[in-house]
Amino acid sequence: MLLKKDLLAIVLAGASLFAATTTTSTRISIAYIPRSTGNPYYDGVIDGFRHGCAVLGCDFTTIGPATSDATSQIPFVAAQTQRGVNVIAITPNSPDALNPMFDRARRRGTHVFSINTDMPGNQSHREAAILPVDFTKIGPSQIELMGSLIGYAGDIAILTTTTDAPDQNLWVEDMKRVLAGSPKYARMKLVTVAYGNDDPQKSTTETEALITNYPNLKGIIAPTAVGLAAAAQAVETAKKVKQIKVTGLGTPNQMRRFIQNGTVTAFQLWSPYNEGLLAAYFVVGLEKGTIKNVPGTTFDVPGVGKMTIGKDNVINTQSDLTVFNRSNIDQFHF
Amino acid sequence: MRQCLVRCIDDFARNATMNTMIRLAGRVAQVREAGIAMILVLFSLIAGAVEPRFLTGETARVVLLAIPLVLVAAMGQMIVIVARHVDLSMGSILGFSAIVGGLVFRDHPQWPLVIGFLVAILVGAGLGLFNGLIVAIFKLPSIIVTLGTLSLYRGILFTLSGARQIDPNDIPESLIRMAQTSPVGVPWIVIIAFAVALVVHCFLKHTEAGRHIYAVGSNPVAARLRGIRIFPVTILVFTLSGALAGLAGIFYAARFGYVNPGITGVGFEFTVIAAVVVGGVSINGGVGSVLATVLGVVLLGAVTVALPILGTSGFWQNALYGAIILIALVLGRAVRQGGLRGLSATKDAG
Amino acid sequence: MSSTETPLQAAHGRKSLLPALRWRTIIIRPETAILLLIVLIATLASRLSPYFANIAFILESSTYYVEFSLIALVLTLVIIAGEIDLSIASMMALSACVFAVAVRAGVSIPIAMTASLGSGLVMGALNGFLVTIFRLPSIVVTIGTLTLYRGLAQVLVGDRSIGSFPSWFVGIDFRSIGRVPVPVVIFVTAAIVLGLGLSSTIYGRQIYQIGANEIAARHVGIHVDRIKMGLFLASGFGSAIAGLMMASRLGSVRYDLATGGELQIVLIAMLGGTSIFGGRGTILGTFLASWFLVIIATGMTVANITINAQLTVLGLLLIVSTIATNIFYVRCHQ
Repeated sequence: MLLKKDLLAIVLAGASLFAATTTTSTRISIAYIPRSTGNPYYDGVIDGFRHGCAVLGCDFTTIGPATSDATSQIPFVAAQTQRGVNVIAITPNSPDALNPMFDRARRRGTHVFSINTDMPGNQSHREAAILPVDFTKIGPSQIELMGSLIGYAGDIAILTTTTDAPDQNLWVEDMKRVLAGSPKYARMKLVTVAYGNDDPQKSTTETEALITNYPNLKGIIAPTAVGLAAAAQAVETAKKVKQIKVTGLGTPNQMRRFIQNGTVTAFQLWSPYNEGLLAAYFVVGLEKGTIKNVPGTTFDVPGVGKMTIGKDNVINTQSDLTVFNRSNIDQFHF
Repeated sequence: MRQCLVRCIDDFARNATMNTMIRLAGRVAQVREAGIAMILVLFSLIAGAVEPRFLTGETARVVLLAIPLVLVAAMGQMIVIVARHVDLSMGSILGFSAIVGGLVFRDHPQWPLVIGFLVAILVGAGLGLFNGLIVAIFKLPSIIVTLGTLSLYRGILFTLSGARQIDPNDIPESLIRMAQTSPVGVPWIVIIAFAVALVVHCFLKHTEAGRHIYAVGSNPVAARLRGIRIFPVTILVFTLSGALAGLAGIFYAARFGYVNPGITGVGFEFTVIAAVVVGGVSINGGVGSVLATVLGVVLLGAVTVALPILGTSGFWQNALYGAIILIALVLGRAVRQGGLRGLSATKDAG
Repeated sequence: MSSTETPLQAAHGRKSLLPALRWRTIIIRPETAILLLIVLIATLASRLSPYFANIAFILESSTYYVEFSLIALVLTLVIIAGEIDLSIASMMALSACVFAVAVRAGVSIPIAMTASLGSGLVMGALNGFLVTIFRLPSIVVTIGTLTLYRGLAQVLVGDRSIGSFPSWFVGIDFRSIGRVPVPVVIFVTAAIVLGLGLSSTIYGRQIYQIGANEIAARHVGIHVDRIKMGLFLASGFGSAIAGLMMASRLGSVRYDLATGGELQIVLIAMLGGTSIFGGRGTILGTFLASWFLVIIATGMTVANITINAQLTVLGLLLIVSTIATNIFYVRCHQ
């Protein structure tokens, strides 16, 4: 039943099982693994990466898991290591679960970079981290924006993602600190922190609970795109747009409707596209030797500006957040 | 060991007061709907006692809003389960139809809203039809087929959407309005959902096709002997289930304002099956009423809404859901067998 | 057999039929089909990506799937007996969380492992109790318990990941016996033990009989409830072992460990030629199907095939394989 050529193929396949793997390529190959596929924010990063690679002449691929749970990226890191790519850029779903995979990749000569978030406590396992903005600025900026919307007085609540997310925890802590520390915000009170798990349904029910439980609520800060969209939607449906001001971090495409109909006056973010672009330039520069991965080094990225490598090899794409409101929202498309 | 356990339960059940109470409750709950209504009222009272804010018009509004999606899908799942099948691909069909509907809205914003609805329902029906065909032609168990199509449809919808989500500004304003209001103050999707329930009720109880579905579900061999053809009934139930899942997909877009290929509908089928089971529909087929299912959906909706209001850490939600399903199963069986004593009797037919 | 034959002629006819029959039963079985499929897919994967055909890589990648494959072996027994257990992935998670919480509380590792295995038995006991004593259909019971156990895991550890296990416990996938990773050794051993148990012991035969016709089995005096309870206990125990293996491989535990795993595990069992109606199936089939899944998943990932395509392929596989198995069994009856 088996044809001779199938037999030959099988024998060859069997023989090749014992072969070693090699890569021969003169172009730099970069693989970017986002948190999960289908997230519009990371699509922005990918766009920037891709365009950067188109200009610089490197091979760019992106592949990601279906879900963003902590360990979903492991097989993908292993596969990219096996393929012998020069660079693995990744937005890790967990600060530590991937450490052994990263170490192995680096032993094989692949460079590992963390994009959009860092790995607190585990920085030694990656070579550098590219962050979209100075994370320490987020908390204070959000509180300031919220304050300006409600006249610096009233009850506010925070809607975040999960209790585990390190960046969210950092920002929430900063917000609490700023609220308590500055007299400017003395008349603003944080009544609670709600957890929406980055899930639209949960975020919606949590917001509805906030509206019910705190009749005097004046504002909701949601430093997460999913949470912000859900909160805005819930407040609009509850017809409480005048009483409760919603703001946070979100993408222009997702929030455009709410800006246009007045549910949300303003929100903040940065440019994931620039982040991807910068990452491409940085990584290629490192591979070619034109940039040294040492804190204090500076380099230029066309269209973005002059970048500095900071402490712990962290690079911030921009230092302050961008505020989006009715006057500028139509200029952005991500 | 088993004898010991059975005797244990028997002794417990023999306790007279316990038994009378159960029998009384059982008689009331024999009318299945009343049983669930009882649990609903009980739950609301307890929740209201713990946190008075639960018993406000505001909460009722929120609960009402939370249920249209599940209600519509539960109707479809109920039809399938009554016919002795199960549809695990419902979440993927929902996502698929929502994406296609969203693409229609995005690429043809000038078309009337109705077109989007129709497209989603038709797409859902088509996917359901495929399920039904595979089950009917190859005589495969629906649990396996729908397990496969769950993955299959999700994969295809990812490709269709280009792995990108449909943003809020692509969703028409008028659709979002439907999830917020209507001339009578109650949001449109709630009205449509209850209208659908009514239609399904009439269909199942008063049409020949509906009666055939119950017949096939309760005893396929007898049904065949009576001249009912199983093939078209199977196709019908899955197509209906798919169509209703498609409608639920549009509701999703209306309620949340966007559709994401990786999130929309994931895990949804388990919520729907839970609601249907709590609503007293027997997994063995042939038994189930629309009213009871509606009450089951409302109960689960109330629980979901109550938890954050009661300040329960959201961590307890899944555990509570699971406990409710199991309790509903055990109670349902106890009631059908006439008290706790009947629990250890041999498997019942329904 | 024609009634005009003399008994002698009939006997001769039957005898000459026998050797041919045996040859056919070896070749035309679901297991052989899977074996051929494995070879086919391996060849295809090697042609798709030059990085695939490396035994070390394949063995290492298989460790990501081995935990599920182990449970699939036990699930095969459950399905043959005419039941199903969908709570397996949740049992994995809860038992792993029990382990992690015990370790965090300062309990020694062996005791924590025992607690974890014990919790697996308790969960299996609940499933078995509801199915055998209360006579509830296992499909809905296990849908209920899958939600319940996952929820309890969430209550136990919250949103956080619990890690920091002693280093000798972590990294089981990096330890090898010879060139084979330890998890694979565990899997193969379990397959051998269960396979021999199923085919050669009385209990094994009784499991088939229960699946084929439960009422008849009861009448014949088989302790159906006892065996089913034992199977559910085994399912819980096996899930706990797999949970511990996963905890070791990942070095940390979260409540959402193995979400969606139940579908993959059922897929493996179905691919292996187990009939969902009960009464038919082999450990060998499931064993081969596990390897098949490893090869397909690894091959697709290393060839950078996107997650959508992977999902589509897996879904199609399940349907096609079930159709094929069913057709085979129907033909067999004729």
